[in-house]
Amino acid sequence: MSGYDEQRIAALLGLLPPPPEGWVHAAQELPRARAEIAGLVARAEEDAAFRALVVADLEAALEAEGIEATPSVVAALRTRLTAD
Amino acid sequence: MTEVATDAQLVSRCRRGDQAAWNELVERFSRYVYAICFQAFRLPPHDAEDVFQEVFARVYQHLERLRSDEAIRPWIAQLTRRLCIDRLRSGGREGAVDVDELEPAVLDETLANIDEALTVRACLDAVGDPCREILDRFFCRDESYKAIGEALDMPAGTIASRISRCLAKVKAELEGRS
Repeated sequence: MSGYDEQRIAALLGLLPPPPEGWVHAAQELPRARAEIAGLVARAEEDAAFRALVVADLEAALEAEGIEATPSVVAALRTRLTAD
Repeated sequence: MTEVATDAQLVSRCRRGDQAAWNELVERFSRYVYAICFQAFRLPPHDAEDVFQEVFARVYQHLERLRSDEAIRPWIAQLTRRLCIDRLRSGGREGAVDVDELEPAVLDETLANIDEALTVRACLDAVGDPCREILDRFFCRDESYKAIGEALDMPAGTIASRISRCLAKVKAELEGRS
């Protein structure tokens, strides 16, 4: 890691601008969202009417539970529901 | 100098369910994943966001499978590249480039530069504040001396010399790691 001058360091730093805060926040919330999804799936397993509601509109079901319906969260929920 | 957890330490803490460690891991690699999506593969914003979230979802889901805790960085790089290519092959959204339009040599060079940039970024984290804040605002967020001075309560006239001193510190940190 030798041969760096300040100009090169500056150029390399400029290659890594921050992503939108919302993206980072959503990724950081993944563990919590997954735990909440597990709760939602457990309820769906016990209650057929609730399951039908969830399956009919995954995004709305997540939002109703206060979980941000990012694409990966929706996909995770879909996978859990179809696996059961 | 700031004490920064190694990648392996962070991964180990994440495996134990440490939310703060997960937050730090996402923070540490978020710029890297973002740069690969945008600069290397030129994904449109919506595709980039989908890939960004999918990368971290898979990292979280498969953390247990990682053979070595130190391997998190190349694993994230490989995962991001694969998901970007999959996205482009599946057609992507409006504005996405054709995957065959990406010149392999240019792509490799961009990815190598991004990888090098992450190493420099790690050195900046080790140098710590106020250098981290000053250099980040100037080079990564494109803020003016005036804006930086106001945000950090420093005379704007001193920002240029601080930037110069901070770059020298990052350089020394890089050389110390060689």
